[in-house]
This record gives sequence, structure tokens and C-alpha cells, in this order.
Amino acid sequence: MSAPPTPLRPSSWTVRVREAAVEALPPERLLPDGQPTYVASWIYVFGVASIASLIVIVTSGSILALKGPAWWHYTGVGHFFNSIHLWSVELFFFVMVVHLWGKYWMAAWRGGRTRVWVTGAITFLVAVPTALTGYVSQQNFDAQWISTQAKDAMNSVGVGSFFNLTNFGQMYSYHVLLLPVAVIALVIAHVLLVRRHGVVPPFELDAQRVSSRAPAPESPPAPPAPAGGQS
Amino acid sequence: MSRLGDLLKSKDDTQPWKGRYAHYDLVKEASIAVGVITLLAILLTVLLSSPDDKPSTIAQWSQQKPADFVTAAVKELDGASGTAEYGPPYNHNSTSVQHFLLLHPQRWLGVSHPIDTEKDFVVGPLETIPNDPALTAALAQYKAAPEKQKKEWAEAYAKPLEETATAEEEKKAPPNTVSESNGTVIVKTSGSAGPVPVMMARLLALAKSGGVDGSLLTSKQFFQTDYTKPLLFMADGGLLAERAEGQHLLGKQWGLMNETGSYPGQPWLWLYALWYQVEPMKSSPNADIQVLLIMSVLSLAFICVPLIPGVRSIPRRIPIYRLIWREHYRSLEAPPETS
Repeated sequence: MSAPPTPLRPSSWTVRVREAAVEALPPERLLPDGQPTYVASWIYVFGVASIASLIVIVTSGSILALKGPAWWHYTGVGHFFNSIHLWSVELFFFVMVVHLWGKYWMAAWRGGRTRVWVTGAITFLVAVPTALTGYVSQQNFDAQWISTQAKDAMNSVGVGSFFNLTNFGQMYSYHVLLLPVAVIALVIAHVLLVRRHGVVPPFELDAQRVSSRAPAPESPPAPPAPAGGQS
Repeated sequence: MSRLGDLLKSKDDTQPWKGRYAHYDLVKEASIAVGVITLLAILLTVLLSSPDDKPSTIAQWSQQKPADFVTAAVKELDGASGTAEYGPPYNHNSTSVQHFLLLHPQRWLGVSHPIDTEKDFVVGPLETIPNDPALTAALAQYKAAPEKQKKEWAEAYAKPLEETATAEEEKKAPPNTVSESNGTVIVKTSGSAGPVPVMMARLLALAKSGGVDGSLLTSKQFFQTDYTKPLLFMADGGLLAERAEGQHLLGKQWGLMNETGSYPGQPWLWLYALWYQVEPMKSSPNADIQVLLIMSVLSLAFICVPLIPGVRSIPRRIPIYRLIWREHYRSLEAPPETS
């Protein structure tokens, strides 16, 4: 393999961004093929299950968006994809809540991972209005009732003056574009931070004891040590 | 570092991992997860489908509950309905304006979606009806009258309707002042209601034909997607609430979390819904802002868990982590292998 070419202008913005990105997340840390041996519990499944649910939500939502907001009311296929969308949302919140509780009991913010927790928590909080705008965009009785009741809470704090739950057009825009983009951006940031810092190690990890007792790392070789591993 | 900084900075002896690594296929795991979640969603879809109760319309409301429709309409005319008395963002009244201590955000943000219930919900739709001399005369009489007179007419017409509605709500025998005949509502008033009976009769007929649904959706442009006016008008009546109660959607029924039918709705709002069930929020006219402020503080605390002394230490003190990392701790406690 030939060596990467030397940048023509080492000081360019592009080169700086590229070098900073590679330094923060070299490919073997971005897509690792090995994990510390303590990553061995079913609780770890719920993080990737949250992302998987989000993928199903976005896919089913995109199919619904392709045909417009009324399609699912008068076709069986549309109703099928609406149901997929509903249940993937329910699954998303369920697995995300289990994931959050799991990470709480692991104190997964340790070792300089505060931002990992913060992005995860904000993702949950932004997902709530994303779902709410979906409920009020349904164009059925649920949408009528939820919008006319929830408006009082929005109005009480002044939010109703620029976020009108009874305005279908505005809510639909929030639901199919603005809030999903926010959730997806937060999830990407969250995952990149997880990859950068690695999975939080167990409590009371006596590094000296472990390294003296454990045999030498087997194949695959250990990825580069996560940055920010110490607070 | 300041004392606050010291307090926020947790004691953290977490070390980078220097132990063994095991094979792990990230892409394969993610692909399997997508497959499993897709299958689960399909299974739930096949077994349970999803709810889709048809929306109510003003036409249905006026056909099914004409007296309720007329009661709501005359209150819109009189300025005594929930929407008419609401306050910002719809008008400058104050019945539904909430505050917390010195915080008055609803008032501060002002009227952004102005609604004049008299004109928007009653007089405006009536003016779209052509070739009706009796209505034209009634409207002219109403518009020319002073405000005090308008109010007396509307109240005279509203009083028997409200007494009947109250009696029905309390399951008592209603007074014989309101009757329905051939789809019209006949109200016996004790004083003069002026042109109001003619206006209400025409508005009811227009509503039954779907005309009020249409007229409340008209705007400055051809295309429009804002259902604020028809939704608020319907919410001032009893049809939506009646349907909602039957579906366990009222606030006292934890309706925030529910959806029509036996579907799970938004169970993640359980904590938000909980505050409405406890005092002082349960009986407070400022319940919404109180609950939202509580949830804002709790949400901020949730985000800041790593920075909150005590809360961040609970996982270390309650050893659920021993269960999560049991394999790891077992390997540490096992005697070292001899080669």
C-alpha cells in the first residue's frame, strides 16, 4: 500500500478538520472489531436496540411521508406502515429507557464521559416532543383531543405563541423534519462520543491487578486507549 | 478551583482499560438489532394494528348534539365561552392565563393567534349565507345594537340552555325551556333575545351542512393547514370531551398517557401526568405552568446527573453494577491460572 499523499497545503482548513477528526476518532476506534472483556451483559444490547428502533421509525416514517399525511387513513398498506411507525416508537422509548437506567447504574459518565450522558439524556428529552408532534399530526380524533388539551400547557409557559399544537401544518413540519433531524444529530453525537471514550469500565477497577493477572491481549489487538479515560 | 467547582467535580478513579479485548462485530450486531426490532414491530402490527378513530367535525357535532352546539355558539357570541375568555395567545382576557410567582410568560408572549369568537365563530360564518332576508335583518339589528344590549340578548338566550345542560349533567329533570324539533333547537326565553334566535337557528343549519367547518378554515390564502379555530370552537362544546371520557383520555383518567382504544399512547409521560393527580397542582388554576416548571427542573437535573453530588454516587453505593459486570468480577475473584 502506498503512503497517504502529503497535503499540498498543510495549513488549509480542510486538512486541519481532517487531521482533527482522525486524531479524535481513528478508524479502528470508530468501527472497532474488539471490545474490553467486561462488555458482556444483555444490558449493552439496549443501546444498539435504541438505534435500531430509530432506524425503523425513520424508515416507516419516510414511507408515510412519501405518500402524505392522509394516505394511511384510507389504505391498508398505509395503515400497516403507520402501525409499524407507532410500535417502533413504543419500542424506541422502551429500549431507550432501559438503556438509560442501565447506564445510570453503571455510572457511565465516569472517566470523562459526562458529555456521553448529557447527549443521551437530551436525546430522550427531544424525542418526547418529536412523538407529541406525531400524535397531533395524525389527523384523527386522537390528534384533535391531544392538541386541544396539550395546548393549555404550551400556552401557560408562553410556548404556545410560537409552537401551536392546533396548527397541523406547523406540527407536521416539526414532526417530519425539524425534531427528527435534532434527534438524529444528537444520536450521532452520542455514538461518536461513545466511540471516542470507549465503554465505561467497571467500578473499582484495579488496573494494576487486572493487567498483572490477565494474559496478554489476544487477537484482535487492543484499540487505541480511549481519550479522556481519566477525569 | 472554586468551592462550587470542587463540589461539581466528582471523585473519579476510573482508569483506562488495560485488560483483555474480545472479538466484537459492531456492524453485525447493529444489523441483527435492526432485524429483530423490525420483526418485533411487524409482529406487534399484525397482532395489534394501530388506532385510528375518525375525527369529529362541526357538522357531526351540530347534528348529534344540536342543543350543545347552540349553547356553545351563543357563548361564543356572548364572549362567555372557554375560548372567548381564554386570554393569550388568543385574546386579551384572563380566565386561562397562568402564572407562577412573578413569572407570567403567557402574558409576556402576548396575543399571537388572535381570535374574536363573536366575529370569527358566529357573525363571520353567518355573513357567508346568501339570500336570507330574515338573517340579513337579524344581523343588521345585532350589529347596530350597543354592546350592553347585545349581551342582554345573548344572555337571555343562553340562560335556559345552560340550565338545561346543568340539569342533564347533574342527572336532574331539565326545565321545559329547551326542546328539539325537526333538527332545530327551540329555546323559551324569559326576556327578549332580540335577533339571537334567528342567528342561532341559521348558524345551526349552516353547521349541519358543513358550512361552519369550511368558513372557520378560510384564511388570507387558498391553501391552509391551521385548524386552530375549528378545534377551539369544538373544544368549547361537549362532543370532544364526551368522546374522550369514553376513551379514558381525560386528565383525571391520566389521559396524557393514553390513546384511543387499548393502545399504550405515550407512557413515557407518566411522570408528567402524575403531577396533575397530586395537590396542590390537582386543584390549582395554575397547574400547567406548575407542572411544566417541575418537569423543567427535573429534566435539567436528569441532564446534569453526572454533576449532582449524591445522585451520581448512588450507583456506586447500590451494587447493581455487580450484576451487570458479574462475569468481570467473577474473573477477578477467580484464582490466577497457572501455566
